[in-house]
Amino acid sequence: MAAEAIIRALRDGALEGEHAPALTIEDSIHSPLSPSVFNHIIAHLFSNIFTSKSQPQGIVLVAFSRSPQFYAELLQSKANDVTSLNQWVRILDCHTDPMGWKTRLVKNGIIANPSVEIAAPVSLCENVKDLDKVFSSIVELGREFVKDKKGRFAVAIDSVSEILRHASTSSTASLLSNLRSHDQISCAVWSVHSDLHEKKTLSALEYMSSMVGIVEPISQTTTSQGSNYDNLPLMEQNFVRGKFSARFKRRNGRIRLMLEELHVEPTGIKFVPSSQDDLISQSLVPKVQFNLQLSEKERNDRAKVVLPFEHQGNGTPIQIYDGRKSLNESNRENKDYTVHKQTEDAGRGEITYFRDSDDEMPDSDEDPDDDLDI
Amino acid sequence: MSGLYSSPSHSLLEEALSFGEADDAVYLSSSRPKAALPSGGGGGGGGSGTVVLIEDCVETNGGFILHHLIKRALSPNRPSDVVVFVSFAHPFSHYDRILRKMGCNLSGHRENKRFIYHDMLSMNSPGSVRDGIEATDDLLMTLYGKIQKAVELYSSPEGSKHVTIMIDDISLMEVAVNGLSNHVVDFLHYCYSLTTQFGCSMIILNHEDIYSSLEQLSPLLHLEYLANVVIKAEPLATGLATDVHGQLTVFNKGICRRNGKSKSKIRNFQFRVKENKVEFFYPGSQT
Repeated sequence: MAAEAIIRALRDGALEGEHAPALTIEDSIHSPLSPSVFNHIIAHLFSNIFTSKSQPQGIVLVAFSRSPQFYAELLQSKANDVTSLNQWVRILDCHTDPMGWKTRLVKNGIIANPSVEIAAPVSLCENVKDLDKVFSSIVELGREFVKDKKGRFAVAIDSVSEILRHASTSSTASLLSNLRSHDQISCAVWSVHSDLHEKKTLSALEYMSSMVGIVEPISQTTTSQGSNYDNLPLMEQNFVRGKFSARFKRRNGRIRLMLEELHVEPTGIKFVPSSQDDLISQSLVPKVQFNLQLSEKERNDRAKVVLPFEHQGNGTPIQIYDGRKSLNESNRENKDYTVHKQTEDAGRGEITYFRDSDDEMPDSDEDPDDDLDI
Repeated sequence: MSGLYSSPSHSLLEEALSFGEADDAVYLSSSRPKAALPSGGGGGGGGSGTVVLIEDCVETNGGFILHHLIKRALSPNRPSDVVVFVSFAHPFSHYDRILRKMGCNLSGHRENKRFIYHDMLSMNSPGSVRDGIEATDDLLMTLYGKIQKAVELYSSPEGSKHVTIMIDDISLMEVAVNGLSNHVVDFLHYCYSLTTQFGCSMIILNHEDIYSSLEQLSPLLHLEYLANVVIKAEPLATGLATDVHGQLTVFNKGICRRNGKSKSKIRNFQFRVKENKVEFFYPGSQT
């Protein structure tokens, strides 16, 4: 649920007059899985862009810790053909030559530095210390696939830790802040290794993001004195499994927490519902005499209730509205509409109702019109 | 004691370093310009694109692992392996003497251009001390230029060798650049970019305990994030013993690829350093 909600939020992009949604992915050395999560999310974001289901019309990838070839291959496997990479992806290469050494060495004739063939359009950044330049390069690359003024694109930075190694916290923060407030940027994703930085730096990053995904080890195996070698199998688990907690910051200031488990499998990563989810929500609630939570049975029973305004048993499946209608859905709607017209002639009225997405409890204190753009 | 645990002397380390049988498949499916990478580089810490970090401490010197890996890379059954060795710690004669006892003629390999030795000891001498950040940058850039030149030469389609870059050791490199550890990480990042560009691999040695007071924000963590395999050499928790010299813990994170990840594993075993070889064994299997 957590990962899906993140991907959905990135797909839907920014609202007019609001900052773009931004995601920080954090991990630590005991469970270093943020690259896997980052790859998972940009792959999904790319498939959404590829099938034009999303607000962003393209993605600018800023590669610090992995080579551009790696990302080109990753996205190519999602797209099946090379032309789509040209159309929807630009890579800013801050990995190959971040300080301009290679260029200087080539100039002095010491090395040849043969170029490697990459399927996606790449532009090289030779001085990552100059973050203003990095920012303008990102915007320039993004404008290449945004034709009209209203179009937007997504930005993904694979390691803010690398940026922080070259630049101060304030200039890094200003880069990220400029990105998410830019009116042509639809959403931003970045990942960071939390144990490489001070707490205040991390907080600064978290303040600037509307979503924070944190990968934590499943089992705490290390003591302050270092590693405890009695727990090798448990430590081994931490390389392939982790707790993934996501924190969503709503516009009205409300915070929502979600918890999932993350499994790294040979084919990619998989998110499964966390077994500890219930445990945590229960421990947060103060101990009282009466029931605050629904039991499993009560919840199931409630899910079965068909609301009076939903169509009842006339054969069509219940449609759930999850924020955006895709193209074929709206086609079908048109067809339905013509059918309705005929029935209307018979003097009968009808209510067409789409049930809202299920991830919010129906009786939460959330403003139901929060997403409306009035 | 024999039976379940008895194994050839170094196979425990080999097993811990290997990335499983999928490793060779990576070579074949790799879209690097070179069509055929030498298969000799497969199956182990010398594999294409891997970064091995050896962490030792004052009580247990990790140098023997480096010697072991040099010998393995230069062994007769891997004719297409080349080692580029950057030494901040010892002169060539030191390695030559040790490796000779282990049955590996380092001088011979140096003449055959399979062992390329960069002596960085002179950098430490007071006469050559230059200060200023720019000078440090130049120094590291020049060293990097030498390494890439060698890698380009041997990885070229005509050379078609598997190159392993070895650095002994990172802490002395930091000393050589006046403690600017960030510049050392920059340098290592450049070396790392070679592993993806040319498919070579990298083995570096560092000391763990000199960073212990810096707690979390240590440059050592940067290296740990960079590495696929971390080997920790430590004394026994129970104190000194005559026939066991310490323990090794190998954290093999696996190789991350676009279609997933090879299996990760952690191994812990003990070792005994002998005059001409090292013995690896599981705790309790040695009588």
